[in-house]
Amino acid sequence: MTNTTIQTNTTALEQRKRISYGMTLLVVGILIYLFFGINAIPGAQTTFGLNLLGSQAIQVSDLVVPAQGTIYLMVGIVIFAGAYQLARGVKSTGLLIGIIAFTFVTAFLTWAAQDKSFNLTGMLSSSLVRATPIALAALCGVISERAAVINIGIEGIMLMTAQIAVVTATMFQNLYVGLIAAILLGGLVAAFHAFLVIRYKVDQTVSGVAINIIGAGFTSFFSSKYLQGATDTLNNSGTFPIISIPYLSKIPVLGPTLFENNIIVYLMLILVVLMHILLFYTPWGLRTRAVGEHPKAADTLGINVYLTRYVNVILGGMIAGLGGAYFTIGSVGRFDELMTAGKGFIGLAATIFGKWSPIGAFASSLIFGFADSLQVKLQILRVPIPSEFLLMAPYIVTMIILTGVVGRAIPPAADGQPYEK
Amino acid sequence: MSDKASSKNKTTEKKTSEGIGGGSLGQALLVPVLAVITGLILGGIVMLATGSNPIQAYGALFAGAFGTPSTIIAGIQTYFATGDNAELVKSLYPFTESLVTATPYIFAGLSVALGFRAGLFNIGAEGQFFIGALCSAYVGYSIKDLPMIIHLPLAIGAGALGGAIWGMIPGYLKARFGAHEVVNTIMMNWIAFRLSDWLLSGPMQASNFRPVTPNVAASAELPRFFEDPLRFNLGFFLALLFAYIVYWFLFKTTLGFEVRSVGANPDASKYAGMNIIKNFVLVMSFAGALAGLAGTAQVLGVDHWVGQGFSAGYGFDAIALALLGKSHPFGVVLAALLFGFLRSGATNMQSLAGIPVDIISIIQGLVIVFIAAPAIIRWLYRIKSLKVEEIVLTRGWGK
Repeated sequence: MTNTTIQTNTTALEQRKRISYGMTLLVVGILIYLFFGINAIPGAQTTFGLNLLGSQAIQVSDLVVPAQGTIYLMVGIVIFAGAYQLARGVKSTGLLIGIIAFTFVTAFLTWAAQDKSFNLTGMLSSSLVRATPIALAALCGVISERAAVINIGIEGIMLMTAQIAVVTATMFQNLYVGLIAAILLGGLVAAFHAFLVIRYKVDQTVSGVAINIIGAGFTSFFSSKYLQGATDTLNNSGTFPIISIPYLSKIPVLGPTLFENNIIVYLMLILVVLMHILLFYTPWGLRTRAVGEHPKAADTLGINVYLTRYVNVILGGMIAGLGGAYFTIGSVGRFDELMTAGKGFIGLAATIFGKWSPIGAFASSLIFGFADSLQVKLQILRVPIPSEFLLMAPYIVTMIILTGVVGRAIPPAADGQPYEK
Repeated sequence: MSDKASSKNKTTEKKTSEGIGGGSLGQALLVPVLAVITGLILGGIVMLATGSNPIQAYGALFAGAFGTPSTIIAGIQTYFATGDNAELVKSLYPFTESLVTATPYIFAGLSVALGFRAGLFNIGAEGQFFIGALCSAYVGYSIKDLPMIIHLPLAIGAGALGGAIWGMIPGYLKARFGAHEVVNTIMMNWIAFRLSDWLLSGPMQASNFRPVTPNVAASAELPRFFEDPLRFNLGFFLALLFAYIVYWFLFKTTLGFEVRSVGANPDASKYAGMNIIKNFVLVMSFAGALAGLAGTAQVLGVDHWVGQGFSAGYGFDAIALALLGKSHPFGVVLAALLFGFLRSGATNMQSLAGIPVDIISIIQGLVIVFIAAPAIIRWLYRIKSLKVEEIVLTRGWGK
């Protein structure tokens, strides 16, 4: 993460950080041993399926590992990493979090699926798909907040665009019409938000909340008034087909996960990369960040603060519109009331968790997407602990990570403040 | 207001710290009232555009919210003539039902408003509401054979405590580690939902197939004032009492002053020697307790059991309420009453005029926009100047 590294009084802070990281790793190691290591059946084997049914990828044999041995290996890795961290210290915090996440999840899955088979590729693939709307919401948050406009109305925008996507797609019998309609409406609603907060200096949170309420109200109103009686003519669009990228989709595991998706997932992946480049390597990105950090200075240098904010918020709305389209024409082909189910807010959390950077936001979204898809798989596996507790894990982990492992999330300095000349 | 000098004088007046309490009441209410009227008019236009009759619809809404005057008068006449109050009670049903609907709104709105005053954005009222309801329900049904005078306060206290703990955790994390309360309260919401899924389908499930808790014991129910169809209960007055307590706390105590200072300017408060950490934890606990009490009032006063989806939308409506009430406790009460009347009347509107209740959400959203952007209202109604009274509602991500 190239942004937001404000460091004060480094040595004492790093000392403390090093020890707390090291201790965390050791504790995770002990927890893995206690939870999964002891409970593993000796001699049991876990089968990780690597082939996805109906995929073009080259078939490979499934990965079969001894359950107990694998769990002990994970304990070993995390304990070693912890000891190394305590003794020497590792610079990259991302690596440490990665080690914790990897060892814990691997040990957990090995334990949960012992004597059974678990389709790893299917899991990864559905994680990415489920992360898509969250990532798009998060990208909307990133692009708006980098220009210092908080958009809390993403949830409402996604609901409205989800509805218009399916309705227009059904009416015109063309999914791309639906996609474009969703993007345009997203931009339009965001423009309304921008107008209120920039022109009238309405409190940004207030405007966002209003958009959420209007979005939920309007879509539910429209749905019960028109859609429920006319499913075939208004609310049955079909979904975007899976596009297989030639050659790349043949790679085992990676192919079905990354290269056999529908257009919205690809667009999301492209947007993550594109926005990273735009924000950090182009004049436009520099201007945007200047407006977000110090609008007065930006203004003095001749950057049009208001225009930049309008453009960013509207672009963000269009991205959220794409995310809204995912819910209907990207996944189920019909609209249900309140179908976004808090994904917009999760996206907001991902924005902050990812420290206002596109790649960070995407990585955070993957965590939530992974958790989402784990939920479905665990019900199939019938794990002996209540699945609800496992489902809490990503939320608890997010809180713990925010609490200190990653440190304070520092927003753009002018985030949320109206600018007056 | 036509006098130029006086209007100039008004704009230069310093902002008052007590919100609605300061300045003339009429002026403070002018924008909200006009905003509500404009919202209703626009809602009517939506109805017209979708082929319904707005006059008939609002008639049904009004009757559903307040009752029909003629039946109330008839009820009173029958009562005095024959001493039979059945008809009177029946005619009061719509009005009392609106107050019943408003009760949890008051509590939840106070919760968010209190957070705003301290510069904290509590999106977690939803989860706190759910946890409060579950705690109250548990104490309510698991303890038997206690006199009401002990059992009821115990059940209420359990709800407040549950909500307080749920609010305190993000408050502490914010104060001690600077972890974002917006993210953490959202996370706490989801943890609450998962926890309730588990509780309702396991430890707290009544002995049937539905994921609901058993009914609370009669000694833990908030007493109702009339017989059965009317669900009007003590919870409403409890809510009003808490609105006053929050007002007193914010504006009449030193601690409340500190809370408001921290909200208005955290840095200055810190240099003035105020303990930011203590304030954040205190406010989030108090806010959580209030949201928990919203759940308590609903479960002990109205439903008497908790099921899945119990908290449906209260947390987010609460944000709207706090904004509408300008984060002032009495403003929140008025806003909650408005929501209560609208929501309760809308059910009647749906059955009589065939307009989905969701129109109310559209109207609510519009009202918030107009209240937040008084310039639009000023422009619409050609009001030259208003005593603009600004309070900081939210401050970005609560730095």
